[in-house]
Amino acid sequence: MSLLPSPSKEPLWREEFSVFTSDERYVTRRQFAKFLTLTSLGMFVGNLWVLAKAHFAKTPSFPSVEVGEVDEIPVRGIKLFTYPTPKDHCILIRTGEDQYVAYSQKCTHLSCAVYFSAIEDRLECPCHQGFFSVRDGSVLQGPPPRPLPQITLERNGARLLAVGLKGS
Amino acid sequence: MAKLERYQQRRGLVAIDGAMALIFILLIVQIWLLGATLEAFLAGHAGAVLPAAICSGLVFLLGCVALDLFVTRVDQESRKP
Repeated sequence: MSLLPSPSKEPLWREEFSVFTSDERYVTRRQFAKFLTLTSLGMFVGNLWVLAKAHFAKTPSFPSVEVGEVDEIPVRGIKLFTYPTPKDHCILIRTGEDQYVAYSQKCTHLSCAVYFSAIEDRLECPCHQGFFSVRDGSVLQGPPPRPLPQITLERNGARLLAVGLKGS
Repeated sequence: MAKLERYQQRRGLVAIDGAMALIFILLIVQIWLLGATLEAFLAGHAGAVLPAAICSGLVFLLGCVALDLFVTRVDQESRKP
């Protein structure tokens, strides 16, 4: 009877590291089913999180800020202003004799500044040719995924006031 | 006899694979649903959030029921001696 271990055909390193890569990467049906179920649960929890965010989100309050005088800009003219913070650039457009609209100047695609094209009667983003309707800020063409946020305007005598923000 | 058992086991495994493929498709739908919900919520359309959460919950329950009732049952049946 020999005290020495019997000689193996396998090299020593293979005997000592006996976990094979193929075995290590083998996924049983049970593990895969567990993974599917837990991921599904994760997606459901994600949806619940969005629901909680929507339910408990505070309604933002916006300040009332004077944008300008009524006859300050001509028909089809524009005025740039900031609302609600000095970092949020907006554009006021006089579309008719007594009609004014105002939008955020930030394109909803990649935040380039949009400008008003009086010839085409639309708001245009020069970066990726995204066009927005001047009537309601909706997307007419191009990559922007959402309409432009619209500034709610109020008239107080001869003054135009920005009082809110829709679709921000 | 052994041949019949092997056949039943193979048939059971195919059924389980099919059920898991269905659950996988449901999971893809759920991932899409979460993305669409987030997109709608960030666009200010909070009305879509509640139906989406209910749908996601139903899909999760459907996956669980499919696993529990179908896969487990077929698995047990195919392992019967």
